[in-house]
Amino acid sequence: MMLYENIRLALFSLVANKMRALLTMLGIIIGIASVIAIMTVGNSVTQEMTDSMASLGANNVTVMLQQKEEEEESTKEGVSFGRGSRRNSNVQEADMITKEMINEYVEKYADSITAISASQSVGQGQIKDGNLYANVSISGSSTGVFVADDTEVVAGRFFTEREMEDASMVAIVSDTVVTNMFKGENENAIGKEITAYVGDRFYKFVIVGVYEYEQSPYMISTTSDKDKETTLYIPLKTGQNLAHNENFATFTVVTKAETDPDEFAKTTKQFFNAYYRKNRNWQISAFSMASMVDIMSTMMGSLTTAISVIAGIALLVGGIGVMNIMLVSITERTREIGTRKALGAPNSSIRVQFIVESIVICVIGGIIGIILGVTAGILLANWLGTPASPSLSSIVMSITFSMAIGVFFGYYPANKAAKMDPIEALRYE
Amino acid sequence: MDKKPTMSLKGITKNFFIGSPNELHVLKGIDLDVNEGEFVAIVGQSGSGKSTLMNIIGALDRPTAGEYTLDDVDMIKAKDGELSKIRNQKIGFVFQTYNLIAKTNAIKNVEMPMLYGGMSARKRNDRAKELLELVGMGERMKHLPEELSGGQKQRVAIARAMAMDPSIILADEPTGALDSETGRLVMDLFHKLHEEQGKTIILITHSPELAEETQRVITIKDGLITGEREGGAQL
Ligand SMILES: Nc1ncnc2c1ncn2[C@@H]1O[C@H](COP(=O)(O)OP(=O)(O)O)[C@@H](O)[C@H]1O
Ligand SMILES: [Mg+2]
Repeated sequence: MMLYENIRLALFSLVANKMRALLTMLGIIIGIASVIAIMTVGNSVTQEMTDSMASLGANNVTVMLQQKEEEEESTKEGVSFGRGSRRNSNVQEADMITKEMINEYVEKYADSITAISASQSVGQGQIKDGNLYANVSISGSSTGVFVADDTEVVAGRFFTEREMEDASMVAIVSDTVVTNMFKGENENAIGKEITAYVGDRFYKFVIVGVYEYEQSPYMISTTSDKDKETTLYIPLKTGQNLAHNENFATFTVVTKAETDPDEFAKTTKQFFNAYYRKNRNWQISAFSMASMVDIMSTMMGSLTTAISVIAGIALLVGGIGVMNIMLVSITERTREIGTRKALGAPNSSIRVQFIVESIVICVIGGIIGIILGVTAGILLANWLGTPASPSLSSIVMSITFSMAIGVFFGYYPANKAAKMDPIEALRYE
Repeated sequence: MDKKPTMSLKGITKNFFIGSPNELHVLKGIDLDVNEGEFVAIVGQSGSGKSTLMNIIGALDRPTAGEYTLDDVDMIKAKDGELSKIRNQKIGFVFQTYNLIAKTNAIKNVEMPMLYGGMSARKRNDRAKELLELVGMGERMKHLPEELSGGQKQRVAIARAMAMDPSIILADEPTGALDSETGRLVMDLFHKLHEEQGKTIILITHSPELAEETQRVITIKDGLITGEREGGAQL
């Protein structure tokens, strides 16, 4: 009864001072909006990353070359993100992991290993035909790569064993390439010959299959769809021939189900680093997908924490703003408070009235913040290409938190109003 | 008729700025009994302490010293919470400056004491309408104070004072800001409440004619009661 009246009253005074109320709410709006936005994106990005990494196989252990002098900077698991592939490009052949090392490794740990998936990069280049072009990075891949990458061929087929063995000039291209070169007709592309230019060389491949390109969720792409660089798969041996390289900068081990991938990653690292003790520039890093997921989650976690701290500061400033405006409002309405007391309002009623007003300001600010935050989160998630997942719990938490701010910062002004001397309040000019 | 005093004040004093060099002795020892159903006028020069006395009678303020009982309640000892309850249920205030709540329509203004009295929304609304009809404001129930004339505002304020059906009405220069014609209207309302509903009414006024219409006229000068006589209205 009384509560309804108080809410009505609070809304009334808000409507009477719309601009002032909005400015007052700004801190709350910004604080809540950023929390909700980061939760919406953070949730979906973390979810997506975890899913896609899990789909790469939690049992997989990735082994890669890593530059030595930067060891101190890398994370304690010895993993650094994004720059890995770039470094590989200026690796000397002598530094690479040899077939012999891998053979010895497979022999020694046969009990733990199911398969080895390896690839050989030929380089980044462009398929050209008159005005038509498509950007690609050419990768000689073992069959295991397709399984590990979860690549699905939507037209044509995978490489035959014969093609793998003979180092045939065949290729599996992305649907992006088909869109750019063959007007999007997947079937049309099968059997066609393409010319790929890498640096000052060019190679001719026959397309045997088309796969559906999926943007990696943790790669933020700023290029247009047309200029997007996709992988052009060729048989591993073909890649090794073209690159004049039989060795590897990286490969993936599919471990047996009963093997602990984290433990095995450590063993693997030790095994290979025995070969690299004398190497001045390079060493081996090995990590399981499971640990990658952990690291990603931790990173997202600290990002969320950082943004939450910023949001917390915004909310604190917002709360102080609310307190300030409540003090102004109470001063302006001193005579009203006096009148209410003369009519029999007990101090507690006056206190509740102004706390409710403060809560209403904060909750409305919170609701606006939630709307803005969810909108921003969805836009951001769309841009990142991940499904947005605004969490109900974070919305409920935000509303509760807004109310708490309202109570906390509204209490002092409300109490001041409640304790006003009725006569002084009535005599106030 | 033998009537027992509803309120009794003895040796009431009120000082302001207590302890400072310019301590102000506004009331210097007031003795006053008012009977149930009496219509009393208080007159005196501006600054003589009339409003201060009225505020003490109305439980809005506490005296510096003295005794005050209202319907057997010791108002000196009463706690703040009890005083607000008494203000809500026993006393209706009418101010010179109306003191209607801004941006709140006539009905909501009249409902306000009932809100604090814990009356249900339905009852509040019914009674507010009834009271506004009684004071002749039935046509203006949804109007905001800003949209009403002085006399209309004062009639809404009287309806509000009547909301909890108090036994005492305290009116501090209710016609002070009104022209004589609307003042007459307001004064007629007080007579009506006094005669038809038996309210105890204490009226502060500067107008000798209006004071003459009451049953008893009390003159205050420099914080003391200096005169007391019967008014024109017969007991
Ligand atoms: N709350 C207060 N603080 C200080 N001085 C006051 C206060 N209330 C009244 N006074 C002083 O007391 C004197 C009497 O005031 P008041 O009772 O309002 O007189 P009246 O109503 O008879 O004109 C005045 O001099 C006034 O300035
Ligand atoms: Mg006065």
